[in-house]
Amino acid sequence: MIEVRLHGRGGQGAVTSAELIAVAAINQGKYAQAFPSFGPERRGAPVQAFVRVSEHPIRTREKIYFPDVVLVLDPSLPSIVKVTSGLKEDGWVILNSHKSEKELREMLGWQGKMAVVDATKIALEELGLPITNTTMLGAFLAATGLVDQGYLEEALEERFGRLAEKNKKALARAIKEIKIYQ
Amino acid sequence: MGKRIAKEVSIAIAEAVKQCRVDVIAAYPITPQTHIVEHLSELVANGELDAEYITVESEHSAISACLGSVATGARTFTSTSSQGLALMHEILFIAPALRLPVVMVVANRALSAPISIWNDHGDIMAERDIGWIQTFAENGQEAVDLVYHAFRVAEDRRVMFPAIVNIDGFTLSHMIEPIELPDQEQVDRYLPPFRPRYKLDPRKPLTMGPVGIPEIYTEAKKAQDEAFKNAYRVILKAWDEFEEVFGRRYRPVETYRMEDAEVALLIMGSLAETAMTAVDRMREAGKKVGLVRLRLWRPFPLRDFVKAVKGLKVLAVIDRALSPGATGGPVGTEVRSALYQVPGRPRVVNFIAGLGGRDVTVEDFEEMADRAYVYMKKKPKEPYEMIGVKE
Repeated sequence: MIEVRLHGRGGQGAVTSAELIAVAAINQGKYAQAFPSFGPERRGAPVQAFVRVSEHPIRTREKIYFPDVVLVLDPSLPSIVKVTSGLKEDGWVILNSHKSEKELREMLGWQGKMAVVDATKIALEELGLPITNTTMLGAFLAATGLVDQGYLEEALEERFGRLAEKNKKALARAIKEIKIYQ
Repeated sequence: MGKRIAKEVSIAIAEAVKQCRVDVIAAYPITPQTHIVEHLSELVANGELDAEYITVESEHSAISACLGSVATGARTFTSTSSQGLALMHEILFIAPALRLPVVMVVANRALSAPISIWNDHGDIMAERDIGWIQTFAENGQEAVDLVYHAFRVAEDRRVMFPAIVNIDGFTLSHMIEPIELPDQEQVDRYLPPFRPRYKLDPRKPLTMGPVGIPEIYTEAKKAQDEAFKNAYRVILKAWDEFEEVFGRRYRPVETYRMEDAEVALLIMGSLAETAMTAVDRMREAGKKVGLVRLRLWRPFPLRDFVKAVKGLKVLAVIDRALSPGATGGPVGTEVRSALYQVPGRPRVVNFIAGLGGRDVTVEDFEEMADRAYVYMKKKPKEPYEMIGVKE
């Protein structure tokens, strides 16, 4: 079972991203759970969302304490939230940032697997909005390969209708522009 | 056959209610409410569901409208949570006494104060004695399946009692997970149209809810109690028929790895899944621990329950609600009472856990089982203990 924690700000679509990963995984025949960090919803405040994906039925309702993957949608979060908290040693931290590997590693104090893409820039160019959740799904795919791109694109189409095309483009660009640091 | 989909449990429940061809939904649309009635309002507005959707000014009005609606012979649904359920309290007793089979899904959440929007069973345990059929769902699939079952049982002429399907707030209500929604044809086969023997009809006037003077009140209550107990057989039969139509089997009491168990955990609701994982881990470590889950809470499945715990040394009952000043949590006191007359009964220890959204982890369940092992040899000092309290 792979456990994923998403960090975003209220309104950025962290919960939607979690949902899209789960929908793709389930449609692919896997088992999944997606859930928000339960609580009042406040635009702009740091929020979390969670996903579990497994080949077998998932028999837990615990929160996720030790994720395998942390996906950070907002570039300002790592300096105010310890995004690597509980992250497994061989886990992935996937960031939206224009900063260098060295700067990021110093800020996070993280020597493990890291993937970085300037998702805000891509989102602004492709969607005209700094909403990075679908772009970061591309980064998630490129780093983890946890779900198939086709199923994720289908989930996007179902969710966004005619806006799906732009989001798929942003997602594809993230896959191309991502920098992977093992 | 049905279709496996990825849906938020609340949305899937709304789709199931739609498949039940509900006639009337009355609900208070503001917090504490669920996505269940929000999605139903969309289905009605989009013309996908041909039903009356009545938005009212409070939960007290919502349940009142439901009672009036079902009294006319309309299949009726509502949903609420926490303080909203508490505001219905006065009216909830009337539905079973008038034999009005409303179906309600309650997303179980804590009651104030302190203000909490998170999951526990405090709201529903305050409604223990309302006389409704009550089930608790373990996961999204079961939540959906229990909705079909609730209508099927409640509206049965041998039953005619309202029914609540309890789902854990957030841990189920806001969870996206795989759910198999059956075909409409299957639901139609399982759930016949609602045809009550008596209904409010201006062409055939009758009175519902007259005064019960002391000379008849006791008899009316006796009749209600007998009928409620008799509902048990129909509840079981409706699960048998459910299996025939949908292929999934449900029982009022479920057991997990109870073969040769010395200690068992007992819980209601979605945390049973976490408890199963804990049981697996403890079994691997050689501990003889099992799990008992109550799916049916009212009417209490006494005989099946006693059978399920036979041979145990200690039964650790986990309550998700506090009953201040009592001799245990609501489930704990119930279970102790149920076993009191049983020869060779297990020792019952009672834990209160997971209040107001506090996570109950695999480790917490292991700790409770470990404490149960200690109490195999020595009597606990207190009738119940709270788990996970920060000192």
